[in-house]
Parts: sequence; structure tokens; C-alpha cells
Amino acid sequence: MNFFKTLGEKPWLDPTMANSDALVAVDPLLASRTALRFIMGIVSVLFFLFIITYLSRSQYPDFQALAGQPWQPFTDPGRLWLNTGILAASSVAMQWGLWSARREQINRAVAGVSMAVFFAVLFLVAQLELWRHLQGMGYYVNTNPANSYFYLLTAVHGLHLLGGLLVLANVVFRVWYDGALTRLSGPLALCTHYWHFLLVVWLLLFALLTSRVETINMLAALCGF
Amino acid sequence: MQHAAIADQTPELHDPHSFITRYIWSQDHKVIAIQYSLTAVFVGLVALVLSGLMRLQLGFPDTFDFIDPSSYLQFVTMHGMIMVIYLLTALLLGGFGNYLIPLMIGARDMVFPYLNMLSYWTYLLSVIVLLASFFVPGGPTGAGWTLYPPQAILQGTPGYDWGIILMLASLAIFIIAFTMGGLNYVTTVLQARTHGMTLMRMPLTIWGIFTATVLGLLAFPALLVSAIMMMLDKVIGTSFFMPALLSLGETLDYTGGSPILFQHLFWFFGHPEVYIVALPAFGMVSDVIATHARKNIFGYRMMVWAIVAIGGLSFVVWAHHMYVSGMHPAFGFFFATTTLIIAVPTAIKVYNWVLTLWRGNIHLTVPMLFAIGFIFTFTHGGLTGLFLGNVTIDLPLSDTYFVVAHFHMVMGVSPIMVLFAAIYHWYPLITGRMFHVGLGKAHFWFTFLGTYAIYLPMHYLGFLGVPRRYFAMDGTDFIPASAQSLNASITISALIVGLSQLLFLYNVFWSLRNGKPAGHNPWGATSLEWQTPEVPPRHGNWGPELPRVYRWAYDYSVPGTEADFIPQNHPEQKGAEG
Repeated sequence: MNFFKTLGEKPWLDPTMANSDALVAVDPLLASRTALRFIMGIVSVLFFLFIITYLSRSQYPDFQALAGQPWQPFTDPGRLWLNTGILAASSVAMQWGLWSARREQINRAVAGVSMAVFFAVLFLVAQLELWRHLQGMGYYVNTNPANSYFYLLTAVHGLHLLGGLLVLANVVFRVWYDGALTRLSGPLALCTHYWHFLLVVWLLLFALLTSRVETINMLAALCGF
Repeated sequence: MQHAAIADQTPELHDPHSFITRYIWSQDHKVIAIQYSLTAVFVGLVALVLSGLMRLQLGFPDTFDFIDPSSYLQFVTMHGMIMVIYLLTALLLGGFGNYLIPLMIGARDMVFPYLNMLSYWTYLLSVIVLLASFFVPGGPTGAGWTLYPPQAILQGTPGYDWGIILMLASLAIFIIAFTMGGLNYVTTVLQARTHGMTLMRMPLTIWGIFTATVLGLLAFPALLVSAIMMMLDKVIGTSFFMPALLSLGETLDYTGGSPILFQHLFWFFGHPEVYIVALPAFGMVSDVIATHARKNIFGYRMMVWAIVAIGGLSFVVWAHHMYVSGMHPAFGFFFATTTLIIAVPTAIKVYNWVLTLWRGNIHLTVPMLFAIGFIFTFTHGGLTGLFLGNVTIDLPLSDTYFVVAHFHMVMGVSPIMVLFAAIYHWYPLITGRMFHVGLGKAHFWFTFLGTYAIYLPMHYLGFLGVPRRYFAMDGTDFIPASAQSLNASITISALIVGLSQLLFLYNVFWSLRNGKPAGHNPWGATSLEWQTPEVPPRHGNWGPELPRVYRWAYDYSVPGTEADFIPQNHPEQKGAEG
């Protein structure tokens, strides 16, 4: 355990001891990678807390899950599958772009990133369309806590994707501006991690939002609610 | 492992060229730190005035017409929230974190300077939004700093329409600002340390700030989640926290949410917040004590472990704030036990401070006076925490002045003693001038004795059952009339302490021009921030070459050496006995 080994050092004993620690000349990207890990940790905590409150809130009598009975919107989650497919396509395109960037096939990399952006924007539009669809069916944000959570969770997820798009735009612009397209792969790898991470978060939300009452009750019981 | 590449980068990346880029849109961590500090102190003074107004009402009821029950509750709420979040968190992490991290670990700046600048301006926006609530119809929210639903957003609570919305918006903005700053602090500590600065050679100040930042990054999301959900309850009419209820004879549209859920979320943030404030203070006071007692800190490794352990434990004690809300007895037992366990690493730290002083060459400088004052006030506040951590003792004492006295001692007075110690300690580095010692000592004695005069009797009032948050004590016959004289004396002490802070402000500004030049390293400190080529350090901190670290930060009074301290960047070997 590196962490405990670090905490076990005795810095006051031999001053030369710690100097043997090799100097590692690292790429500044490592800082961004560390920051990204923290960001993913923070976002995970954020969604974890939302989900915990969802499970807790689900145990109150006025909660009506969005799936289960034939008339409920997510009993047939076809639209959600479609949106999930679009987001997955965005992730795949990012990964392809990254592989291409690593092999210095710049045209393919740019094509991959462009497709990823296209699919990500399409996903956001499709989510908004899903909102309109639900509202058309009379499932407004404040008519039921399950509805409220649906709008809230999709909105928060969408905002994180939007943030990712802004960072990606910044990365591409800066690399382009510096004329150093060959150095795209480093920052693009971090963006790709974030993309995959948001896909995983979405899959969890998807599973939760389309769960039937029995599943939700079981999960809530496991959490002690 | 050190990562010199980032730290070695030349400072020209964001070298300021004009007044605006140097002092306003600055990306220099030192300027951002000062911006953070000045804003936090300003808003803290607003909160100090609010507490004075509250005390005027409590000490001399029916005397001041401009304080009515609504405005009293608004003062309570804004005082609490400002002090905890906008002053303490911002000053300790945004102020001292920004100033000290790069200097103490031997970096030129934070790793993301632009994000750092954005963090300050977002923080300023959150302060402006918060203070704007004084000027909207209905005024600021009077829901109490914990903002418990359902009353926080219902008619009957002051500021229920605009005040609460601005409060929640301001909190959300603050959290975004903190996250941007916090990412910088943790990444800088992990990635930008200079040659030879291993983790276990870092001064305890950095350990405290680092761990507190990690706590903040993981705990603030809980506040963000609760703020977002309450905002939706208020604005859109969702029922996350709002139960089905009648208000003023009217059935509301809320359908059966859970106010207790809010409490859990709030305190899942709220308890780590205590340590977000305390851990940087623990770290800074350790360095002040070691420097001014000319002695290595007792049990450095144990101090680091204690910081990490306290950080971990702080996430599993939150429900001790909710004993009176009701919970399963097993949970009560669990949270009481974890609460008492967290006292162990905390007590270790107190012992280690005292043992550092033991047979040390104690210089009773102004920073040292404040540091010793901190040991007193913190021990005092910590011990009453042991009372309140037990369910059976908490139940009768809850919502009395005992609780107010406890958390003010442990979370108000103690960190502020450290903040003063830290400001006096690092003032010569930041400004290049010494402060006026006489004024500093007067400031210490007024503050130290004054706060005891405020909070010691408050414990007694709590035992009598005097309830907190009450505008007036009418109808509480079980409280003897003599309690009112005590309340009046507390008010007078509070006003004296409040006014004595003018000594501090005067000293800070007077010494900027008239203080004696501090010269290089006036305290004879070992840590890196005092070893910069110029005082105050210039942009980029270190001149052409980064320092190289050869030892830990506590080589004071090493036997067999000429000076009574060896700076961290000094290659000299220790004496034979060392």
C-alpha cells in the first residue's frame, strides 16, 4: 500500500533518504489527469447523492415510478434506448478519434471528434424532445416526485455533457491555434475518459429511471430505507 | 514523488503587464489570495455587525425599535451562513490556501492559474448575490443558517419569497467557485511540488489545507444537491422536501416530501464543513507553534495521520446534529460512537501542540499568543462537544445556548484565533513590513478574554435552559430573571470584542506604510515560503531557479548546528547528535 508507506516515512531521520526519490520530469498533462480524476470523483458523489435521495424519496406513498403499468411512459423505454444509442455513438466516435490521434492520423481524429460532438448535441436535443414528449403525456415536473427526479437527473447529466463539450471545444481550439495537431491525443484522451464516464452515469440513470416499483423498493431496502 | 516539469515552467505564461492584469484580472496566486481575503474579511465584518445587532436585542430587549422578530431572525441566518461559508471557508482555503500552497511546496503558481482567477470572481459573484438579498422585497431569509424546510420557503418566515432564492443561488455559485479553487489546490499539492519536497516533508499547514480541500470537494456536492432540490421545491413546486401541509389555513400543492431528507443532506455537508474549517487551522497553528517555540513539532507523523483520520471520520458523524429529529436508536448509538471516536485523533493533536510547547524556547510573540489562545479555546469547545455527542445529554441541551456556546468556541473563536495567528505570522512575508506589536498584543488580550466573557456564561445559560434563536424570552418562566443580567453582560463583552477588532484593522493598514521593514525571514522559520529571493515574493516566486528541498520543515534547535533553525532548502547535514 503506497499510501500507508508514504505516511510511514520518517522525514526527520536521514535527510538524504528522501532525496533518493527520483525526479520525474512529467508531462503537464498529468496535472490535468489528476484534476479530471477529482472531477469524476466529485460528479460521482453528486449523482450518488441524487440517487440516494431518489431511493429514500421513493418510499413515500405519493411516489409513482415511471415504469411498470402499461400506461406509464417508461414501461416501453424505446425512446430512452434510442437516446442511449446516440450517446454511446458519441463515446465510440470519441474513442475512434483518440485512436486515430494516437496514430497521428489527423484527418480521422478530427472526423472522430466532429462525430462525437454531433452525436453529443443530438443526444441533448433528443433528451429535450423526450421532455416535450413526457409533458405532452401530462407528466409535468411537479406532478409526481418520480417525474421531478426524471427532469432533474436528465438536466444535471445534460449540463455535465454541455460542460464537456465546452472543454472539448477549448482543447481543439487551443491545439488548432498552436498548430500542434499531433499533440491532440493527450488532452483528447482525458476528454474521452470523461465522455465514457458520462455514458456510464447515463446508463445508471437509465436503469434507475426505468426500474419498476419492485426493483426500486428492493434497492431502497438494501440502502436501509 | 515530485513533478518538476510543471513547477519548472517559466513564469512568463501569465506574467502581468498592466495594473489590471496585475491587481484585478490577476492569475497570480498571491494576488488572488489577497482578493479572496479582503472580500472574506469585508463580508465577515458585515456578519460581525449583524451579531452585534442580535446581541443588542438579547442584552437589552425592548430598547431598539429597529430590531423586530423578523429582522432578528434575518440577522441570525445571515450571520451564521456568512461566518461559516463566506468568511471561514473562503479565508482559510481561498485566502491562505492560495497564498501558501505554491510558496510552501516550492511551486511558481497554482497549476491552473486561469481557473484560479475564475474561482475568485465566481466567489465574489456569490457574495454579491448573497448581499443583494438585503435589498430585495422582504429582505434576506430568516430561516436560520440550516435553512430547514418546510419553514424556510413558507409564508411566515422572513424573506420567504426572494431572500431564500438568493441564498440558495448564492450557495450554488459559491460551491462552483470552491470547486474550481479546490481542484487547483489538490492538483497543485499532488503535481507541482519542487525537487525533494516529498509528501512527508510538507509542512502541516499544507497537509491541513490539502485534506480540508478534499473534504470540501466531496462534501459541498451534498449542499449543492440540497440547494438545487429546495430551489425546485420553492420555484417550480416539486415535493422533494416539502410535505403535504396546510399553511395559513390553505392546503398547499406539495404532496408528501421529506424534510428529514434535507437534514441528512445538509449535515452530510455540514459536519465535514466543521473540519473544512478546522483542518487548515490545525495545520497553520502547528507551524506557528513550532516556529515560535523553536522546536520541532511533536509527533509529526501522528499529526499527519490524525489529519487524515479526522478527514475520513468526519463523513460518518453527521447525524449527531439530528438526534432531536428522531432516528432509530441503533443509528443514534452508531453516530454517538463515531462522534466520540473522532475525539481521539483530535485529542492527539492537542497533546502534540502542548508537548511541542513543553520545554520549548517559547517566544511570546503576537502569533504565538493567538496560537496558545487557540489551544485553550479549542480544548474548551472540544470538551463540550463530548457532552453534546452523547444522545442522552444532547436531548435536553439541544436548542439551548449551550449549543451556541459550544459551536462558537470550537468553530468560531478557535479558527479565528488561528486566522489571527496566521495573519500576524505571515504579515511580514505578505507585506514586507512588521505590524505594531503593542497593538497586536492588545488585540489578542481583548479578543481572548472577551470571547471567554461572552461564551463561558453562555454555557451556564444553556444549562438553565435558555433557548437559542428566541427574539425575546417572554413566556419562559422557568428561566430566572437573573439570566437577563448575564445576557446583558454577554452583550457588553460582545460589543467590546467587536470594537477591538478595529485595533486589528488599524494595525494592518497602519503597518502597511509605517511598519518596520520586515527583512528576510524575521521569525527564523524553516519552511520554504520564507526562503524566497525577495520579500514579499514576486511573480513566479523563486527567481530563475526553483528551490531544492533537503529536509522536513521542523529542523529547529538541532543540536550541533550554529543557528537554531535549518531551512528546508539548506543542504547542510545535521549535527552529529541529530
